[in-house]
Amino acid sequence: MAVGLTHYLVVAAILFTLGVAGIILNRKNIIIILMSVELILLAVNINLVAFSAALGDLTGQVFALFILTVAAAEAAIGLAILVTYFRNRGTIAVEDINSLKG
Amino acid sequence: MSFTTALAHHFLPETILTLGVLALILVGSFRGSRAFGLVNELAIGLLGLAILSLLFGGDTQASLFEGAFVDDAFGRFVKILTLLGSLVTIIMSRDYLQRAKLGNFEFPILVVLSTIGMLLLVSADNLIALYLGLELMSLALYVAAAFARDDARASEAGLKYFVLGALSSGMLLYGASLLYGFAGTISFDGIAKSITGAPPLGVVFGLVFVLAGLAFKMSAAPFHMWTPDVYEGAPTPVTAFFASAPKMAAVAITARIVMTAFPGVAAQWQQIVIFLAIASMLLGAFAAIGQTNIKRLMAYSSIGHMGFALVGLAAGDEAGVRGVAIYLAIYLVMTLGAFAAILQMRVEGRPVEKIADLSGLSRNNGTAAFYLAMLMFSLAGVPPLAGFFAKYYVFLAAVDAGLYALAILGVAASAVSAFYYLRVVKVMYFDEPAPAFDHSPLSLRAVLAVSTIFLLGFWVYPAPVVEAATAAAKSLF
Repeated sequence: MAVGLTHYLVVAAILFTLGVAGIILNRKNIIIILMSVELILLAVNINLVAFSAALGDLTGQVFALFILTVAAAEAAIGLAILVTYFRNRGTIAVEDINSLKG
Repeated sequence: MSFTTALAHHFLPETILTLGVLALILVGSFRGSRAFGLVNELAIGLLGLAILSLLFGGDTQASLFEGAFVDDAFGRFVKILTLLGSLVTIIMSRDYLQRAKLGNFEFPILVVLSTIGMLLLVSADNLIALYLGLELMSLALYVAAAFARDDARASEAGLKYFVLGALSSGMLLYGASLLYGFAGTISFDGIAKSITGAPPLGVVFGLVFVLAGLAFKMSAAPFHMWTPDVYEGAPTPVTAFFASAPKMAAVAITARIVMTAFPGVAAQWQQIVIFLAIASMLLGAFAAIGQTNIKRLMAYSSIGHMGFALVGLAAGDEAGVRGVAIYLAIYLVMTLGAFAAILQMRVEGRPVEKIADLSGLSRNNGTAAFYLAMLMFSLAGVPPLAGFFAKYYVFLAAVDAGLYALAILGVAASAVSAFYYLRVVKVMYFDEPAPAFDHSPLSLRAVLAVSTIFLLGFWVYPAPVVEAATAAAKSLF
């Protein structure tokens, strides 16, 4: 069986869903949320590169490179905020993030 | 068009801010902890210069950098609003930050960086430019939300904003990847041209994800969860910034993308926008009723106002976009005025933020009470204040487009929300006085006075705003 565009799209869709579910369902640890965010961005990259190959157009791969760069910056900022939060509260458990109601 | 002509004639505010912010970082690092005042003033100067370059710059339309950005009247109108929001925020923030021992030079730099992101976002004309502008804006905002790094509530606000913001960027990106795949191009015009007849399912999915991501950024219900917590937890000047400039950019790019990239699927996106508008208006009206914290109240108020702005967008025509543009301008003035008043709430050197702290303000400080009461009337949409005209133009567009139910729901939500705005007025004028507020700095009193006078006098001479908004709306079609 040849691996075609559809297979890549299905893998990306599954990864994306896992990432979103990881953010919404996770009750334990904020690090896992950061990992889920990365998973979402990588799912998008698979999508873009697969489309790029199928369309014979380089734009998608350029887009994927931009996303990789931004994802690195985003992870750095996320970890920095996490560190200040841990210094103030002494915990990074998701269920303890409740000093603001809502 | 050569690269330098494009920069000089169509990209001048962005160029000024980008070069300027690099200089600000250098000044800040060399002067260290003493740099706050200087960097603050230089940032004000930079933003002012950028506004002037837009006011006196060219008025031609041009596509820039291989179609990545577009320079048009709509972009220029919203850019001026965005820059004004950032400028006034920096002016208002100085006193608060210094008293809270947060007078670090990084704050004005973060505001300017985020503003550059907003300017890029507003003029984006393809999906990569859209994403990069959005991220530049958001990354600076995440840091700004957690700026009070020794305050547990502020870092919690920053963390919440970061997690939900990253999720929303991910959804927007997933939508962008689907659009790229099924339309075969990332340029907004190209996407519009590729949709002929019944749209492919991938394009519709992409549209839904992109709109969901943008709704997060403008805090339209049901993507509003972060708003009340972040508004309450972040330092008040940061909240003022969140409520003003980023909303302009998010609403503007939403209007631009649905009008230029999706005219072929108007029926689909109109449904989504109508749903977002109704949900935001109702949530803004009902959830704010029980609030006791004025920053949380303003959060729900801003959710409701985004709903009203989306009513104009739902009309999907030139009159609708004109309504949105006018709404943004007036909402910006109302929000900045309201936060100038909230920043003045300080008793014996400590900031307070309960609505009850405003009790009897009319007897302690009649002028401030009058200004704040007028702001509340305007937010509620009482004629002849400007807030009424903002709502008038969007509802007019909705009725002309045949969206009667939406307009009626909007008016009903507006009437419900009048309850909590008027409650603030009642607390200020009829309750027993709470401890008087400290004497507030000139900058805050000036912002409050100027914004209230604008709102009171808008009906006398609305032409400059309305004409600029009309020209802006025309350039999108």
